[in-house]
Amino acid sequence: MARYDSLLDACGGTPLVGLPRLSPVVPEGAPPVRLWAKLEDRNPTGSIKDRAALFMVRRAESDGRLRPGDTILEPTSGNTGISLAMVAKLRGYRLVCVMPENVSTERVQLLRMYGAEIIFSPAAGGSNQAVATAKQISAEHPDWVMLYQYGNEANARAHFETTGPELLQDLPTITHFVAGLGTTGTLMGTGRYLREKVDGIQIVAAEPRYGELVYGLRNIDEGYVPELYDATVLTRRFSVGTRDAVLRTRQLVEVEGIFAGFSTGAILHAALAVAHEAVRDGRRADVAFVVCDGGWKYLSTGAYGGTLADAEEALEGQLWA
Amino acid sequence: MAIEVRIPTILRTYTGGAKVVEGAGDTLGDLLTDLDSRHGGLRARLVTDAGVLHRFVNVYVNDEDVRFLGALDAKLNDGDSVTILPAVAGGAFGFAAAAAIASHGAAAAVVPPSVTPRAVVR
Repeated sequence: MARYDSLLDACGGTPLVGLPRLSPVVPEGAPPVRLWAKLEDRNPTGSIKDRAALFMVRRAESDGRLRPGDTILEPTSGNTGISLAMVAKLRGYRLVCVMPENVSTERVQLLRMYGAEIIFSPAAGGSNQAVATAKQISAEHPDWVMLYQYGNEANARAHFETTGPELLQDLPTITHFVAGLGTTGTLMGTGRYLREKVDGIQIVAAEPRYGELVYGLRNIDEGYVPELYDATVLTRRFSVGTRDAVLRTRQLVEVEGIFAGFSTGAILHAALAVAHEAVRDGRRADVAFVVCDGGWKYLSTGAYGGTLADAEEALEGQLWA
Repeated sequence: MAIEVRIPTILRTYTGGAKVVEGAGDTLGDLLTDLDSRHGGLRARLVTDAGVLHRFVNVYVNDEDVRFLGALDAKLNDGDSVTILPAVAGGAFGFAAAAAIASHGAAAAVVPPSVTPRAVVR
């Protein structure tokens, strides 16, 4: 398991580690309730998005949409951009990312380092504008391939074929799977696989609840639900606020030594909620949750130190997951 | 019976600008009807003519999505906290949007999406 032909072959196969200190204490004689962390920061570029990027590119290749030397276009400056840049480099494609012009220089540097080219959209329009810009550029360059992770079935398929089977192999007694809800690919793919294999499995979504500015941008009639989302795959869906996400992110590194990003904190918060319910009901539980990425990229927010109120303020108005 | 309801910015025109209002009801449907008696028009923004929650509206009872708790039939108890939010795209696009929002604040909300992009390859 330690030798691979290339970095792409080292995607997935991440460790599942127990959290003996964070798992709730059960009364004597009661069935065990255990938390397990799937360390997706151990992927080639340090996030769970490597799986989706690799599958989306391979699918486009097998469909004949992508041919050697082609250009891939994606509106992202986050983990998916970094993953796609790495995959594009190794598979021989050019990657163009669209993002608002005032994104942090750290992000721009990281993407350029991996070989991505960047097209900036006007900052004032936010994410809607960047998506609109990406669509316009796509129309001007019909030969460029937009993988569009929110609606690309290969995104969910990556987790159906890899994340799900890995979890079941490492934890055949799994009772709950908890992950973050963004593109919804992780939950849809892993959730469908585990529902097929494990009777009564609970598929639990943790959705970040941001500061007001984020929602202030949206008119309800212009809302957005990713095309991949199918509510029937989920058992429950929790909304986790900034303060709880920060609290759990800090707890995870303080108590168990796992240094993760804030989306992981939100997921852990939901995982602890279902674990404590199991204790209360006297049920056995093996709760596996996703560590999406490490905390390195978020250090500059300052939210790992100081009071929780300071951290909450530092993240106010940011899409921190 | 008092239930605290958090109203998103976009719907505060119905609550006289109030961020949090109080209401009563045994179910979410009852609560929304009760709120509508004081904040006329609010219910119609959340519930479609077909009598289901609007696709782009998310409602949470004590941080849990009501669509998994019976939707409009979800049971409520005194002291519950209800949060209403518009659906947004999160995930991988987060940091690009974060930077835009953080720098431009609420001003970003009034820029029409039709504004001509001045995309530049750098």
